[in-house]
Amino acid sequence: MGFEKVDEILENYAYKHDALIGILQDVQRLENYLPQETLQYIGRELEVPLSRVYYIATFYKSFSLEPRGRHIVKVCLGTACHLNGAVQNLEQVERVLSIREGETTEDRMFSLETVNCVGTCALAPVTMVGEDYYGAVTPGRVEKILSAYSTGSGSAEDGKD
Amino acid sequence: MEKIKSSSQLEHYRESIVHKRDVGKKVIRLCNTGCRGRGSSKVAEALENQVREANLDDKVTIKKTGCHGFCQIGSVMVIEPGNILYQKVKPKDVPEILSETIVKGEVLDRLLYRDPKSGEKIRREADIPFYQHQSKTVSHNTGKIDPTDIEDYLAPGGYGALDKALTTMKPMGIIETVEASGLRGRGGGGFPAGRKWRSCREAPGIIKYVIANGDEGDPGAFMDRSLMEGDPHSIIEGMIIGAYAIGAHEGFVYVRDEYPIAVEHLSKAIKQAESLGLLGEDILGTGFDFTIRIITGAGAFVCGESTALMNSLEGRVGEPRAKYVHTVESGLWDRPSTLNNVETWANVPLIINRGAQWYADTGTDTSKGTKIFSLVGKVRNTGLVEVPMGINLSEIIFDIGGGIKRDKKFKAVQTGGPSGGCIPMNKIDMPVDYDSLKQLGAIMGSGGMIVMDENNCMVDTAKYFINFLMYESCGKCVPCREGLKQMHEILSNICEGHGQEGDLELLQKLASFMVDASLCALGGTAPNPVLSTISYFRDEYEAHIFDKKCRAGVCRNLFDYYIDEKLCNGCTLCRVKCPEEAISGEKKKPHVIDEEKCIRCGICFSLCKKEAVLVK
Ligand SMILES: Cc1cc2nc3c(=O)[nH]c(=O)nc-3n(C[C@H](O)[C@H](O)[C@H](O)COP(=O)(O)O)c2cc1C
Repeated sequence: MGFEKVDEILENYAYKHDALIGILQDVQRLENYLPQETLQYIGRELEVPLSRVYYIATFYKSFSLEPRGRHIVKVCLGTACHLNGAVQNLEQVERVLSIREGETTEDRMFSLETVNCVGTCALAPVTMVGEDYYGAVTPGRVEKILSAYSTGSGSAEDGKD
Repeated sequence: MEKIKSSSQLEHYRESIVHKRDVGKKVIRLCNTGCRGRGSSKVAEALENQVREANLDDKVTIKKTGCHGFCQIGSVMVIEPGNILYQKVKPKDVPEILSETIVKGEVLDRLLYRDPKSGEKIRREADIPFYQHQSKTVSHNTGKIDPTDIEDYLAPGGYGALDKALTTMKPMGIIETVEASGLRGRGGGGFPAGRKWRSCREAPGIIKYVIANGDEGDPGAFMDRSLMEGDPHSIIEGMIIGAYAIGAHEGFVYVRDEYPIAVEHLSKAIKQAESLGLLGEDILGTGFDFTIRIITGAGAFVCGESTALMNSLEGRVGEPRAKYVHTVESGLWDRPSTLNNVETWANVPLIINRGAQWYADTGTDTSKGTKIFSLVGKVRNTGLVEVPMGINLSEIIFDIGGGIKRDKKFKAVQTGGPSGGCIPMNKIDMPVDYDSLKQLGAIMGSGGMIVMDENNCMVDTAKYFINFLMYESCGKCVPCREGLKQMHEILSNICEGHGQEGDLELLQKLASFMVDASLCALGGTAPNPVLSTISYFRDEYEAHIFDKKCRAGVCRNLFDYYIDEKLCNGCTLCRVKCPEEAISGEKKKPHVIDEEKCIRCGICFSLCKKEAVLVK
């Protein structure tokens, strides 16, 4: 693919080096991950060493160097969620999707990530699928929540807190 | 929009807003930030559609507000006049709310909050015990105003402090006022804000910066989120006043990546303030220029630390710098910079408006004003609470929080985020202020308060925080990077049943080394959760190490699930759902778990409607 869209992003930031994090965020929003060729291109265009681009892309947790699935499942592991059994939910998601944290299913339907806190601690333990929040999740409810997305029927309305 | 060029124009504008409001109209204040997790966007949509369809526009205004605080009962809606609070509102409740309450003025009993103590339904928001014991000061606007409409902020006097500061006060006078108020930083360290501003003002340099720290990295804390989402102008107003006092013309708000609504509301607020001439060039016609930019983080806890944050703002990796040079002298791009937490900034307009003495009248000798806490975990009423400094922990947890969920036993409250400490039952009559909490081996931190009950294991909790910090350590300095790794290994061993005599002493030794030698406070305070749990819950560690038992039922190798045959009704649900086929039993007969096959995944425990699955 061409880099027209990436050029647009770089122009938005006036090719400033100090905007590198924002640039990568926009690229990830566009591509859903950070492709290698794009990172190389950005390095060249901004005239910053590729090592620095990668240093940033690998330091911050929200960047992904791998293509991600259509639905990003985020299991919150914040303190309130942890105390209410988030780890068992994570393991159940791993079992249901047959992937580990940080991985994507073969059909690119789901990626599984963990987050430190989504700031909705009253709903703990929380799991997000895309933009949808699920509160008071238990291992027993995980399968039902996820199946609504894999069958393409959208969010598990009834399962929502 | 014409820019406001003087104090009198601001007053005129304010009057015109108040004047055009129709006082006869009812107002529905619906939380549309925190409660979105409970589907409040759908409620808002239903409200807007049905109000339009029923031509009720002249009867009711719908205000989509920030967080009301009582997240436990969301989606929360308050109707004025009457201060009627409806809880757990769903889209299907909307038709009746409109036809009964808005049109006929009838209160819907079924949507009212029921006080669990008295069993009585409570009609008014202000009469609910959760709110009664609070003093909403910094958060007085959140939940009341529409944060995306600057007129809502202006109407009750917003930007009045800015006007007062810019037109009647000298920069040094502002700094002296903030010093005299006793305001201390709300982001963790509790450093006196006025003193920080003074150093920054006095530091040599023409270009200076002010920064708001909205990274809110502490898991379990969301008060900064609620301010940024629910009352962004209060932060902006505070920053402009601070910038004027310090002599800065550029400001930044660093917002956590996970808070998209905060970014949206702050961006709107900045645009609106600029269009009115309250931000940008020649603010209020005084000749003072100041701009604010929003920068979002990218998911790194350490970026909340002042120097790491500044590195991140410069587009670098968020690694802390050594502190022998202070950021007030050489911070962002090596220029004098003042970084304060967003809640600290939001306190500033209040202090300017009402004076240092008024502010200092609340709180204790060394901790002034009020503080917002996020009360979460095993407490009945989770949410955000604002209380005067110096209030007892037990008042927060039992009077406001309503005690422990499902009447379980209180075990500990953890304050101060990952590097805070766990406070046990026999210490919960201690006042909440910077110094008392420190004495207890905890810290105020940014205001997270996480309540734990008898089903939470303190060793696992310590391991949780160390694990968190181990992943979030940037790796630049050895004591933090390696120390956390070793601590994690020792704690994991204990939790898995491989603990040995001497482990606790080793942990303590490692801790003192990390405190002394780490580059930044991440490593320097990281041992807190370990040290505080060892000192208050030593018996629990010893049960893990010597008896190989986790009585809370958390550490997998150290407990078993079993089914109480008297409680089990043989519904077969657990047997069907067990991923290991470890459960056997006939329909309508008590089931049995095979301990050898059981992986303690917790599915049966969570699914059983009879609560017949127990821990031993
Ligand atoms: C590891 C680490 C993480 C921090 N995270 C935050 C944060 O998320 N928000 C915050 O306001 N302060 C955070 N701080 C404290 C900041 O370094 C700094 O003291 C604070 O923002 C100053 O503002 P204040 O004086 O108004 O509190 C953190 C400190 C450390 C060591």
